[in-house]
Amino acid sequence: MALRKARFRQLKDQFAGRLMGALTIFAVALVLLIALALLMRARPLLDIKPLGELLTSSDWHPLRGEFGFWPFIVGTLCVTMLAMTLAVPPCLLCAIYLAEYAPHRLRETAKPLVDLLAGIPSVVYGLWGTLAVVPVIRDVITPWAGKHLGFIPLLRPSNPTGYGVLAGGVVLAVMVFPVIISVTEEVIRAVPDGLREAALALGATRWQMVKGVVLRRSLPGVIAAIVLGFSRAFGETMAVMMVVGNVPQIPRSLFDAAYPLPALIANNYGEMMSIPLYDAALLAAALVLLLVVLFFTLAARVVLLRAVRRAA
Amino acid sequence: MGKHLEERIFIGLMVASMVIVVGSLVFILATVVVRGLPALSLAMLTQVPRGGYYLGKEGGILNAITGSLALASGATLLSFFLSLPVAFYLQLFTKDARFVHLARLSLDVLWGVPSIVYGAFGFTLMLLLGLRASLLGGIIALALLELPILVRAIEEVMTMVPFELKESSYALGATRLETALRVVVRQTAPGLLTALLLAFGRGIGDAASVLFTAGYTDRLPTSLLRPVASLPLAVFFQLGTPVPEVRERAYASALVLTVIVLIISLSARLLTRRLTRHVVR
Repeated sequence: MALRKARFRQLKDQFAGRLMGALTIFAVALVLLIALALLMRARPLLDIKPLGELLTSSDWHPLRGEFGFWPFIVGTLCVTMLAMTLAVPPCLLCAIYLAEYAPHRLRETAKPLVDLLAGIPSVVYGLWGTLAVVPVIRDVITPWAGKHLGFIPLLRPSNPTGYGVLAGGVVLAVMVFPVIISVTEEVIRAVPDGLREAALALGATRWQMVKGVVLRRSLPGVIAAIVLGFSRAFGETMAVMMVVGNVPQIPRSLFDAAYPLPALIANNYGEMMSIPLYDAALLAAALVLLLVVLFFTLAARVVLLRAVRRAA
Repeated sequence: MGKHLEERIFIGLMVASMVIVVGSLVFILATVVVRGLPALSLAMLTQVPRGGYYLGKEGGILNAITGSLALASGATLLSFFLSLPVAFYLQLFTKDARFVHLARLSLDVLWGVPSIVYGAFGFTLMLLLGLRASLLGGIIALALLELPILVRAIEEVMTMVPFELKESSYALGATRLETALRVVVRQTAPGLLTALLLAFGRGIGDAASVLFTAGYTDRLPTSLLRPVASLPLAVFFQLGTPVPEVRERAYASALVLTVIVLIISLSARLLTRRLTRHVVR
């Protein structure tokens, strides 16, 4: 009797193990599943037009069956690159400060605040963008740039509404702050203390130590943190869509409106079932988005894993 | 002394960066409170949209508040029952270190997948299953979005369980499953709750994934198979209208959403502090 019970318990354990293993494999394979599902739905379009043509064509006329992603890809890249340019310097300085300079208590207060920034929903960022960022760009920055910097093509005040690449870049920059700061801080803190002490013992100032030893040592990790921020920014949808203007064109100036890829998907989901091939095109856009983000995240994660293992 | 001057300059820049980062947080919260609070009223919180609501007439966003709570709780629950076994498996069942590495890497990658892609995937799933935009569809998409967050958070608390505790359990003849359910879960209960709260907070704020899958409605959520409203989309749609009164309500909706997210994030933090005191170390 007791033996039978023990056998039953073991069977139960084995069965649970199998079930959990199956669930784990599902979770591990989910990325592939997503990619495959999107690919299947995008097939009707991909069968007619090769992906390369879709990516490089600028003709976006869904009713005529022309789906060129080029303006949207350029729009995404412009907004993302601007966001990274704005975000990276303060984020690195912030992370260095938190990891190397800040007294314990300041660090303990600042970290939850950074987490809080990460927790704010993207529509709230978007609302902040429309209420606070866009008016400043419209009423202050655009007129000022027009008066003093209008001769530079990149700063031509071509769009008086304030909704455009600059607004998208600013909002997105704030959104990636927490990603870059927390990952960078972690990598910097993983640098062994012995190295710091050696540098200080040689008479280096704290900053010289940071610059010459800590940053050099953690460089791969820092780059990975930036790449993670980039891929987060690349796929961000709602906040950007609310401030970027959504005009399908290739932006020529910081003030021009753009139309990023995620916004294209989100804005047109309503009518996509009523126009032939439109759904295939939008899901192909989602697939492109996924592949780009996948490539960058995977590269960054592999570098990060190596960096942590080397430090340990 | 050049090197000390350089140090000072950079410390100044670092402090300035801290001010920028913390300042943006304050700026965002202040914007939402200052613009949202005047538009907030009891009616907003306790009524569903009435006729002419979107032209500025009577009504509230109770549909979106309850809808968001239903979506996020359902998704968090579903995701929990998916991710707890995964964490158990990675922590207690498998001995294949390479598989564990691969699994963690792929979960990390999953974490980076944009929420609009989850929405698009959820949409293809729903086409496959013959579902229309509904509470169930939104729950599925959000649950998948929360999966990597939950697995990571659960795994993190589970690694804190002392090795000896698991060994003692095995030494008493308990199987892995019994150890997992009776020892590890009890030992990590506060951490699990924190993980759930974190996932809930992420789920309730996400708009792009429910846009495709949950739809929108002026009614309260009653059925898994009917469309459901959500706070992020309430903000988005109301902000898109030309009527000033309705736009004001978008600010109030954003305030409600922000307050919910803040409460969840703060209670998660407090819980971690309170409840870890009684855990065996």
